[in-house]
Amino acid sequence: MTVQDFEQLFQQKIDNETKIEPKDWMPDAYRKTNIRQISQHAHSEIVGMLPEGNWISRAPSLKRKAILIAKVQDEAGHGLYLYSAAETLGMSREEMINDLNSGKAKYSSIFNYPTLTWADMGAVGWLVDGAAILNQVMLCRTSYGPYARAMVRICKEESFHQRQGFETLLVLSRGTDEQKAMCQDAINRWWWPSLMMFGPRDSESTNSDQSMKWKIKRKTNDELRQQFVDMAVEQVKVLGMKLPDEKLTWNEERKHYDFGEIDWNEFWNVVKGNGPCNKQRLEARRKAHEEGQWVREAAMAYAEKRRSKQKAA
Amino acid sequence: MSSRLIDYTLHLADTTLILSQRNSEWCGHGPILEQDIAITNISLDLLGQSRNFYQYAASLIGGDATEDSLAYLRKEREFKNLLLVEQANGDWGQTILRQYLYSQFQYLLFEKLQQCNDEQLIAMAAKSIKETAYHVRWSSEWVIRLGDGTEESHSRMLKAIDELWRYTGEMFMPAGYETIVEVSSLKNEWLQKVTNIFAEATLPVPEKVFMQAGGKEGKHTEQLGFILTELQYMQRAYPGAQW
Repeated sequence: MTVQDFEQLFQQKIDNETKIEPKDWMPDAYRKTNIRQISQHAHSEIVGMLPEGNWISRAPSLKRKAILIAKVQDEAGHGLYLYSAAETLGMSREEMINDLNSGKAKYSSIFNYPTLTWADMGAVGWLVDGAAILNQVMLCRTSYGPYARAMVRICKEESFHQRQGFETLLVLSRGTDEQKAMCQDAINRWWWPSLMMFGPRDSESTNSDQSMKWKIKRKTNDELRQQFVDMAVEQVKVLGMKLPDEKLTWNEERKHYDFGEIDWNEFWNVVKGNGPCNKQRLEARRKAHEEGQWVREAAMAYAEKRRSKQKAA
Repeated sequence: MSSRLIDYTLHLADTTLILSQRNSEWCGHGPILEQDIAITNISLDLLGQSRNFYQYAASLIGGDATEDSLAYLRKEREFKNLLLVEQANGDWGQTILRQYLYSQFQYLLFEKLQQCNDEQLIAMAAKSIKETAYHVRWSSEWVIRLGDGTEESHSRMLKAIDELWRYTGEMFMPAGYETIVEVSSLKNEWLQKVTNIFAEATLPVPEKVFMQAGGKEGKHTEQLGFILTELQYMQRAYPGAQW
């Protein structure tokens, strides 16, 4: 068979909704795109631990503290699933982590925003996890089997966190005036960055066409973003809060909400490393990695000693 | 209701809360992802234990006492946690050692606590000891791995022992209110278990170290004030609010 034959067979599988598995033939570009996307997804879980981890020591009640710790712990677990899924494509976790630490690999730009008040824990849960879930629900049907299966597992836990985030805001929205103001302020700061999570406009998205054809992506950035806006507008009413967009109006013709223009200048700046916390986030990851070096070495050395002892016995 | 029982329950609650608070500082900063998860997991277990004890203490105290009022509105001279658990995380070796020394003690303590005559404490000890068994296993394995790992990890463990050993004696010196379990009777078995693990880890058990104490009576090291400042900030800044 020629490469063309392989490619044709591959595309047939995709078209028939047969999942691609690690040992199957796949185009190089398909492999690379999946490695890039899954590892970035894994990195996002890991870097995403930092903005929320920031509030663990200051959580305002023991119950909230427990919820937050459980959540951040789940994120680490999601990172593990995703690294495993990416490894089935032939790149080691160590390599991926090195790429993250060197700045070569990206992670979701949302985690470059700071968590300034307790209400941010609610807003991150509601908006950031909410946006992530739309993306992940779509990815439950992505064409690469290990990725799709990881997403099914992750979505179950993630939607639980999202409800908890919303409930955090709900309590604030029914609290004191100060708490209400804190709630609104957090929504104001997280709304636009959440919309940016869906990526550039379809017309500017370089990977989109091929990814749709290979069914890595099942919906476009703009479709998902619209779905998110429509959902959030209804939910914010329950909170009695406002979304910070004057242009947000129901469009009867489209049966969707119209909304204002995203500040793409800000988006690209954050992607390029100039967001408010890019530097701190990467430094925290590097520091953990470097300061953990001796621990990993000790674990390796000890395992080696045990192996040779067992051999000798 | 006996104020001794209240104080004792608070002592258990404070100790598990403060250790949880310390361990949770690692979240997102651990040496490798699996261990980040493990230490955070232990932090969560300990927090759960402390909530049980605080809730029980609050029910004994009555009035408007809650788990949160006890954790967030008592001051450093009222906290009754062991000095050991408020010590800084230091490096991974110091955190591991602190966890092991305490978990090994907690396991023996909760075994005895299950035989006391307070049904609530029995039930809470019965739940917690399952978690503690896991903590002992995990932390002792790491003590061995680091003690018998590389030269660097070995010397870091020596430093950790030097830093923490002087806070271990307090576990076996009963406070006035500490009558439910005779802690001094746990010392030999604890020392035996620690000695076995240290031997496997090629680490020495220190002798004739002067033991610091006072935590159980609210006389802490200078570290606790900072821990509480951070822990209690929200409740102090927004008094009476619900979260």
